[in-house]
Amino acid sequence: MPAFARRIVVVLAAVLLVGCGPEPRPLYTWGDYQPTVYQYYQNEQGGLEEQIAALEKILEQARADNRPVPPGLHAHLGLLFARGGDGVAARGHFLEEKALYPEAGPYMDFLLRSKEAAR
Amino acid sequence: MKPWLWLGFAAVLFALGGCAKPAPPYDYTAFTRSKPRSILVLPPLNSSPEVKAGHGVLAQVAFPLAESGYYVFPVAVVEETFVNNGLTQADDIHAVSLEKLYDIFRADAVLYLHVREYGTRYQVVVSDTRVTLDGRLVDLRSGEQLWNGTATASSTEQHGTNQGGLAGLLAQALVEQIVHSVADTTYDIAGMADNRLLHAGQPHGLLYGPRSPLYGTDSGQAK
Repeated sequence: MPAFARRIVVVLAAVLLVGCGPEPRPLYTWGDYQPTVYQYYQNEQGGLEEQIAALEKILEQARADNRPVPPGLHAHLGLLFARGGDGVAARGHFLEEKALYPEAGPYMDFLLRSKEAAR
Repeated sequence: MKPWLWLGFAAVLFALGGCAKPAPPYDYTAFTRSKPRSILVLPPLNSSPEVKAGHGVLAQVAFPLAESGYYVFPVAVVEETFVNNGLTQADDIHAVSLEKLYDIFRADAVLYLHVREYGTRYQVVVSDTRVTLDGRLVDLRSGEQLWNGTATASSTEQHGTNQGGLAGLLAQALVEQIVHSVADTTYDIAGMADNRLLHAGQPHGLLYGPRSPLYGTDSGQAK
C-alpha cells in the first residue's frame, strides 16, 4: 500500500476512534477473574486452590500494571479462602475489598461478622 | 481499482455508517435523580432449558457494569449469602423485599435479570448459539425503576451489525479478549449479551457511573 494511502487509513481510523467514544482502555486489570467465578459455579467441590492461584495472579498483574483490581475480586478471594477453612486470609481479603471500595463496607462488615469468616 | 483504494472506501463507509445514529430518547429522569454508585446483581431468573444459563450470565456482569463506573457486588459471594439464609432459587431471591436487601448489602440499586434464551439450536445450514436476556434496575431505597433493557447475542451475526454501535463493538472486543479462556461457546455468547445489555454509552443503555471518567457525559444526564 502506498504511504499516503496508508496515512489516509490511519487518519480515518483515528477519526473513527476519537469521533464516537473513548479508546477502550479498561479501568481494571481483569485477567481471568470472570472465568474463575464461572469455574467456581461449575466446580464447587474442588479446584479451590487453583482458583485462588488464578486470582492471586491477577493481584500481581494489577500491581505490575499499576491498575486496580475489579470490584469484588478481593471479596471473591475471601469467599474461596473461607471455603477452604482459612478464616484469617478470608478476613484479610474482605477488609481489603472494603478499603478499596467503600461502597462494599457494610456488606463486608456483615461477612466479617458471619460464621464463615470467624472460623 | 487498486485494492488499497477499496480499503479506504470501506473505512469511509464504516466511519459514516458506524456511529452517531440518533436514538429516540429514553427517559433517564429517575436514573439521574437516583445517581446509583453501587449495583447488586441477583441470580437471574431462567426460562431457558439450560441449567447453567443463570451462572453463565451472572459470572460476566461485573465487566460491563464495573467498566461503566459502578461498584458491582461480588456475585458468587452474594449468592452464598442467600444460600446461607435458605434461599437457593432465583425466584425466591427475586421475591426478597427491597428493605431486606438494603439492610444486608446497602447497595444503591438492584439489578433483576431474566434469561430468556440460552443455548444452541441446531439448524440445517448453520447452528445458532443464542443468548437473550433482559434486565431491570431498581433503586433500593425508593423502589423506583431506574432503567430496563433487553439484549440478544448470537453466533450467527456479523460483528458489523452490533446493536450497540461502535462503543458496543469496541467494548465487545474487550469482552472477547477476556472470555476467551473458557471453552464454552454459549458462555462466550452470554458475555456478549451481558455486555450489550449492561455496558453504558449505548442507545437506551445504562448511564455511566461515578467511577468512570465518562460519568456525567451521557446525553441523558441532567445538569
